[in-house]
Amino acid sequence: MVTIKIDDIEVQVPEDTPILKAAEKAGIWIPTMCYNDLIEPYGVCRLCSVEVIRGKRSRVVTSCNYPVREGISVRTNSEKIKWIRKVIMELMVSRWPNVKVVREMAEKLGIEKPRFESLEKDEAPDACILCGLCVNVCRDLVGASILGFAYRGIKREVVLPFDEITDKCIVCGACAHVCPTGHVKMIVEDYKGKKPEFTLGPKTAIYVPSMQAVPRVPVIDPESCIHFKTGGCETCAKVCEPKAINYEMKDEVVEIDVGQILVATGYDLFDASQMAQYGYGRYDNVYSSLEFEMMLNSTGPTGGKVLTKDGKEPRAVGIIHCIGSRDTNYHPYCSRVCCMYALKFAHLVHDRTNAAIYQFYIDMRAFGKGYEEFYSRLLDEGINMIRGKAAEVVEAPPVNGQQGNLLIRCEDTLIGKFREIPVDMVILCNAIEPKRDSDIIRRLFSISKSPDGFFLERHPKLDPTATTTDGVYIAGCAQGPKDIPDTVAQASSAAARILTLISRGEVEIDPVRAMVMDEYCSGCRICNNLCPYGAIEFLEDKKISHVNEALCKGCGTCVAACPSSAMTGQGFTDAQILSELEGLLI
Amino acid sequence: MDKPKLALYWAASCGGCEIAVLDIQEKILDVANAFDIVFWPVAMDFKYDDVRKMEDKSIDICLFNGAIRNSENEEIAHLLRQKSKVLVAFGSCAYEGGIPGLANLSTKEEMLNFVYKESPSTISNNNGLPQTHYKVNEGEIEIPELYEYVKPLKDVVDVDYYIPGCPPQPEQIWNVIEYILSGKPLPPAGSVLGAGDKTCCDECPRERKEKKIKEFHRPYEIIPNPDECLLDQGIICMGPATRSGCGALCVKANVPCRGCYGAPPNCLDQGAKMISALSSVIDAHSPEEIEQILGTITDAVGTFYRFSLPYSILKRRVVQ
Repeated sequence: MVTIKIDDIEVQVPEDTPILKAAEKAGIWIPTMCYNDLIEPYGVCRLCSVEVIRGKRSRVVTSCNYPVREGISVRTNSEKIKWIRKVIMELMVSRWPNVKVVREMAEKLGIEKPRFESLEKDEAPDACILCGLCVNVCRDLVGASILGFAYRGIKREVVLPFDEITDKCIVCGACAHVCPTGHVKMIVEDYKGKKPEFTLGPKTAIYVPSMQAVPRVPVIDPESCIHFKTGGCETCAKVCEPKAINYEMKDEVVEIDVGQILVATGYDLFDASQMAQYGYGRYDNVYSSLEFEMMLNSTGPTGGKVLTKDGKEPRAVGIIHCIGSRDTNYHPYCSRVCCMYALKFAHLVHDRTNAAIYQFYIDMRAFGKGYEEFYSRLLDEGINMIRGKAAEVVEAPPVNGQQGNLLIRCEDTLIGKFREIPVDMVILCNAIEPKRDSDIIRRLFSISKSPDGFFLERHPKLDPTATTTDGVYIAGCAQGPKDIPDTVAQASSAAARILTLISRGEVEIDPVRAMVMDEYCSGCRICNNLCPYGAIEFLEDKKISHVNEALCKGCGTCVAACPSSAMTGQGFTDAQILSELEGLLI
Repeated sequence: MDKPKLALYWAASCGGCEIAVLDIQEKILDVANAFDIVFWPVAMDFKYDDVRKMEDKSIDICLFNGAIRNSENEEIAHLLRQKSKVLVAFGSCAYEGGIPGLANLSTKEEMLNFVYKESPSTISNNNGLPQTHYKVNEGEIEIPELYEYVKPLKDVVDVDYYIPGCPPQPEQIWNVIEYILSGKPLPPAGSVLGAGDKTCCDECPRERKEKKIKEFHRPYEIIPNPDECLLDQGIICMGPATRSGCGALCVKANVPCRGCYGAPPNCLDQGAKMISALSSVIDAHSPEEIEQILGTITDAVGTFYRFSLPYSILKRRVVQ
């Protein structure tokens, strides 16, 4: 630690700290236009110049990259320094008169009109002020070294190598991020050159998957992390105080031996772009329910404000129920949760905006505890309830030169009239549907599905959490659409079933089951993936198949399939069946 | 002490089984030393009357190859049964009917008409069919009668042992002969000799995986990977439903097993077992897809019952 004096204030800082940081600690502001905490100081703007006095000698240095030494004293507001700052700022303002950061700094330093006229005057508001932050971040932090300076003196400019677009650029956006004037821009286009649709992906390469994530720690997306592309950056490691960032960790597959499995793989949201009439994916302000839920979230993209795409508060919001559910063209079943979350949306929109709210419903299904009361409360809040499934959402023609909003066309069956309701925002209540990969999961656990595609329970009333495979249980929306209380109830019931077996410590099984006669099995593996209960395994060491007696239900599928007759059904061997037939027929 | 007496006979078959006996090479001399060969029409000059003159049960072992196609086959089968202590059905035709057994898909009438009248390569002057009796100047000639369908040997006489294979592998023949010469107690009657208890897969060196078949191919349609199970590659290989013992000869030559060693122990019907197995592993998701995949199987009977049709539960085409 060294002690120095800045403008007569004593401050203790570690040796080699730049004067700029030491002054910050002392509470003294030093102007600068080219400094960034995470980038090696470049000292190009010269605005941070200060006078360093050691003994009787004084010299002017740039405070951003001048390391402190014991005993020096620093003056940041001497006449000389004030004069230097004034000249620099006047030169900058005369060259880039419309750049916001330059004007703001000039204002802070009390400069109204520069005395000079620049030969290279650039009046663009996003002109490049040659601070070098983009060049330095690209070279030092990202490690890509794409950007560089070309030419000298007043001709100096930031360029790409040979002024050509290069695929060596990893498109990390660091340069645009640090650019103080907006001269460096990220133009986001998809592969067809179109602007991307409303996306809710992570904004950075290191992120917390969701606010409810357990454990709630950030993860790194190696696809977009600069470090995994160039080996550079490591900004997150630099700023992480407990030093918790580890770039060496890899995804790993962990095999765990378990006796029972609870399948709670959840659901997918119906893709509303299949129903072109509602304009999802075509119109800016048509949202799916989960997107809107994200918008309502206080940590979401709008911080919980209900806003249209152009950042305004909507004047009217339409909520359309049963998108993809209760529809013979898509899913005939009722998604169960939509009516209630639609009411919740209405309530929150009512709470946060002054918008008129319209609900387009087929039937209102407020079936749970306290739900009907909530519905009554909403009616009192003045929500417009329109009974009738909306026919389509169209873009209204422009009025008085203003961009038209959306029109919801529907039949209001309560008044028997066709209506067109103008709204600024449409929220679709997408159906809950089975996971797209649920068939893979199903085959993995040898469980069945009901006609709607959800996993099938053993018995709808008497055994709603077990499956036909012993030791495999289901809960939540994997079994069928259900709300949170029902999911918790079913999951608790499944957990109780599992605990019962764990505490008992043993399982009873039926004596009728299949068995491999080892001396006749040659391991052709025909039976291996036939077993609906997953009871057959292949013994790699003996090169024969084996039936797990605890899982086998004695259905006989494998016995019929076994081409070598090595698989036999105990109690139903071929010899026994033939004898029975003989007894019956002869 | 007299040497044990050996007889070999050739009924409805191609003769390959006789060649297989010679394929034991110089060991045939050991056979000649150990046995007194009393009847072997293909190699030596014997007359049926010589056999008829023998005492009953005077032949120690009779290796009978070929199926029962006509009255002569049956007559000699009865004769040899009467004269032999041990009658062995030797080779696929005697054991299961074999390739001649595929004729059971046609009636006798259809066959004779085709061969003697309709076949494009036949020129018939008088549209005549073979007769069982024919008069010539020297007297009347009697020709054996062609039967309506082919039977395995066990359907006409009691058979003591079966040696499968088309033809049986020479080393397996030698194993059986050596065993009998050793004087060890013989296995129970009705046993299959010269073969294993497992299936062809046991001897097959290819790597097998869990099976899911989307399409069947005939061997000439694709070039199979020599290290992977042929069935996994969609080629119908009868190996899983065929008794071991051949050393997986065909599959080692990148050709699917044809099933000549017959059904494995405990298996009633080789073809039906294979059909049941294959229909279990086709990877279809709709009835149309099942039809489409099964449609890629050509010649189902010829594939699944190539050697065993007369021995199977089906036996032959049902004649109304």
